[in-house]
Amino acid sequence: MKAINIIIAVLLVTCSIQAQMVAKSQSGTFLLKNALLHTVTNGTMKGDILIKDGKIADIGSISQAEAGSTTIELTGKHIYPGMIDGGTKLGLSEVGSVSLTQDYRELGDFTPHMQALTAVNPNSVSIPVTRTNGVTTVIAKTEGGLFPGTAALINLHGYTPQQMYAGFKGVQMNFPATGRRGRWDRRKDEDIKKDSEKAMKKMNGIWKKAVQYAKIDSAATAGKKKRDDYNPQMDALLPIINGEAPLMIEVNKDKDIKAAIKWVAENKVNAIFTGVSEGYRVTKELAESGVPVITGPVLSIPGRRSASYDISYKNAGIMQKAGIKVAIRTNETENVRNLPFNAGFAAAYGMGVEEALKAVTIIPAEIFGVADQLGSLEKGKVANLFICDGDPFETKTQVEHLFIEGYKVPIESRHTLLYDEFLKRDPGVDK
Amino acid sequence: MKKYILSLCAMMVAFMVTAQETGSILIKNGTVLTITDGIKENTDVLIKNGKISKIGKNLSADRSTQTVDATGQFVMPGIVDAHSHIALETVNEATNPVTSEVFVGDGLDPQDVAIYRALAGGVTISHAMHGSANAIGGECETIKHRYGTWDPDDLRMENAPRTIKFALGENPIRVHGEGRNITPSTRMGVEQVFRSAFSEAQLYKKAWGDFNSKKTRTPPHYSRRMETLVDILDGEIIIHCHSYRADELLMLMNVLEDYGVSRLCFQHVNEGFKVAPELAKFGAGASVFSDWWAYKFEVYYSTAYNAAILVRNGVVTSINSDSGELIRHLYHEAAKTQRYGDLTDNEALRLITINPATQLGIGDRVGSIEKGKDGDIAIFSAHPLSVYAIPQMTIVDGIVKFDLKNDPQDMRIDIDPEEKFDDSFINLNAEDEERCMQDVYSELFLGETNSHAGHRH
Repeated sequence: MKAINIIIAVLLVTCSIQAQMVAKSQSGTFLLKNALLHTVTNGTMKGDILIKDGKIADIGSISQAEAGSTTIELTGKHIYPGMIDGGTKLGLSEVGSVSLTQDYRELGDFTPHMQALTAVNPNSVSIPVTRTNGVTTVIAKTEGGLFPGTAALINLHGYTPQQMYAGFKGVQMNFPATGRRGRWDRRKDEDIKKDSEKAMKKMNGIWKKAVQYAKIDSAATAGKKKRDDYNPQMDALLPIINGEAPLMIEVNKDKDIKAAIKWVAENKVNAIFTGVSEGYRVTKELAESGVPVITGPVLSIPGRRSASYDISYKNAGIMQKAGIKVAIRTNETENVRNLPFNAGFAAAYGMGVEEALKAVTIIPAEIFGVADQLGSLEKGKVANLFICDGDPFETKTQVEHLFIEGYKVPIESRHTLLYDEFLKRDPGVDK
Repeated sequence: MKKYILSLCAMMVAFMVTAQETGSILIKNGTVLTITDGIKENTDVLIKNGKISKIGKNLSADRSTQTVDATGQFVMPGIVDAHSHIALETVNEATNPVTSEVFVGDGLDPQDVAIYRALAGGVTISHAMHGSANAIGGECETIKHRYGTWDPDDLRMENAPRTIKFALGENPIRVHGEGRNITPSTRMGVEQVFRSAFSEAQLYKKAWGDFNSKKTRTPPHYSRRMETLVDILDGEIIIHCHSYRADELLMLMNVLEDYGVSRLCFQHVNEGFKVAPELAKFGAGASVFSDWWAYKFEVYYSTAYNAAILVRNGVVTSINSDSGELIRHLYHEAAKTQRYGDLTDNEALRLITINPATQLGIGDRVGSIEKGKDGDIAIFSAHPLSVYAIPQMTIVDGIVKFDLKNDPQDMRIDIDPEEKFDDSFINLNAEDEERCMQDVYSELFLGETNSHAGHRH
């Protein structure tokens, strides 16, 4: 009896400690039976998925469950590959107005060696909030000057940043911009022009030095000599200069996009454009350039008063129809969970559901060079997927199960736990 | 004779100035979401001279009345936003913890393109609010989105009850305590600002009462600030209070109880879910975000299930925008209460129609499709709670103010289609940032503003 009391007491203590903490994920072998599989790359069909060792071990009609595996019956349910957000600050900022909880902006204009992955907080409260809407993978990116840092692709599960790392890092560049930064930006037109020319000059200066640095580095490597200097900024740019990795270039305004296209061509840079809020104005040039685009948020105000009220909703679809490779991002932190709704609005305003789904799954996977691992339901790929009771873009749809790298992650977050606790508060008004 | 013509002219001018323009329109064969009387399939709605005159099947109107075919479309009452800062020149008079003498209606901007963008999301009425810099801010203005006018007076909703902005927590503490080194610099201080202001107003009221009843002979010093506070004590003004934490919600309700004030709607109220039974008991409304949180510390312990918990506990709840971006898709924000808390279709739609109208004291005039109510209507391509719904047409007082088919022909004003002037922004949602604290940062927090700080509500 005493033992039972102790056990109950221990359980109660555990429960109270667990308040507002998400339950542990489960590893193992899982057989998902009789669901509608939205593979993205091979159409939609009824079938089963076997999850083993973190991968999709089999897909199709699987009759025999392995010993020790957990079978989940999913008749009438849908399985989708985990959604990928191509640009967020998730894990890098905890409370928007508290600067000491923000780790995405280092001092200086030229800091490409700042690694977003280093500062990702695996225990950010926003991470469970995000994944419970079916987002399993995001770019965590830096912000700031010309070269603010290096973004990283992370899965939203793991106890260390290294465990979360999903196989892509990208040096970021903010292309010198000619527009206003906000309503408080009261610079004169001439000053804006001057500032952007100055920034352009600075950037080209850095680039020239980086090219030179790469030459010296290659010569040293060829001569098997060890360089005896320390230049982490230039080292960070080496893979970009050598064409081994893409450069993520944030650019939004039409004129700036054209300038960036020219700059990329002249310098033979393997580029990804991000933002691209005025891509709809330069679709021809963008399509010809072949540069892929990560655009968003779709739910944003048009960049100019003269623009059509719904142009931000339409932008992704207009670019995609023009033959541009388009992924969608939220550019959010605590509300990356709105990725499916950003995709839904893009779908409604011209992109269509099928292409919008690709824009948050296989397309970003391709852009980040991880399409052999992520972005669709295929045998051998990482088991990042979720199960829901309907169209995942539709607002009322419920995500019921979630797997990240084969772990069955509970559909819990601070938001659901507070709901459970407070829906029927006890005591109510009177104790 | 000349005199007669002149006075006739004067009368005509007077008439043009005072009478608000209204229209007549017949909306045919839509699925009508009445909000207060169920869903009516294949039903017509007739608006005559700005008012809903008939709801039924096979209605007809005289030849001069415009007819809209809504077959296959969804017809709902115009959406009401209980918290917005669009159409305002200035938002904050951040110079004192109590500024009940100011009125945002003195700075209405009828040419704000945000009004058009709101119309394009089905929103016909918004509550143009003072900011949250002061514990007691200024009076607000309930506006109708009569876009196309150049006259600020046209925006005012006639005879809408007066409302005033209060604010608790971080914003008044930061602006006055941290920024100016005066009380309040804590939530304790915020309470005493209210108590002191209301007590002073009671004394002021008594002094004038004594003077008017000839008990005293010297008239008291007139104070516009005190006049407004007395009107609050007399129940003539609805308080809309920017608030987040459970403790401060309870504090304000205690204070108001002590001073006999009962007309209260909390705004934002991210921790309303924690004290929903207390809110319901007091009769306070709650106007919340669908899912905003973590943009500051006092909203870190939030849940997107807030609205659902409040509704289930019997609190009159609305979903607001506080943003020129969100105001364009409040129908989608309301739908999030179905993902986060399983509200029914009608419960979710009430959050952006009759409930906010009730909170603004105009629930008897708008917020549902009922005979005699204002002809404010939004028409959608699909059910408005679907992510794929596209607003087709928005009608205010029987006049079409947004028409998707005609948007390419451009119903906006005060824009520059030839783009002679480059008004582009590179910062997404740059126009939207920090409206709640607009006019504060430029004075006190310039450094932060320049660092692209995120939402600051």
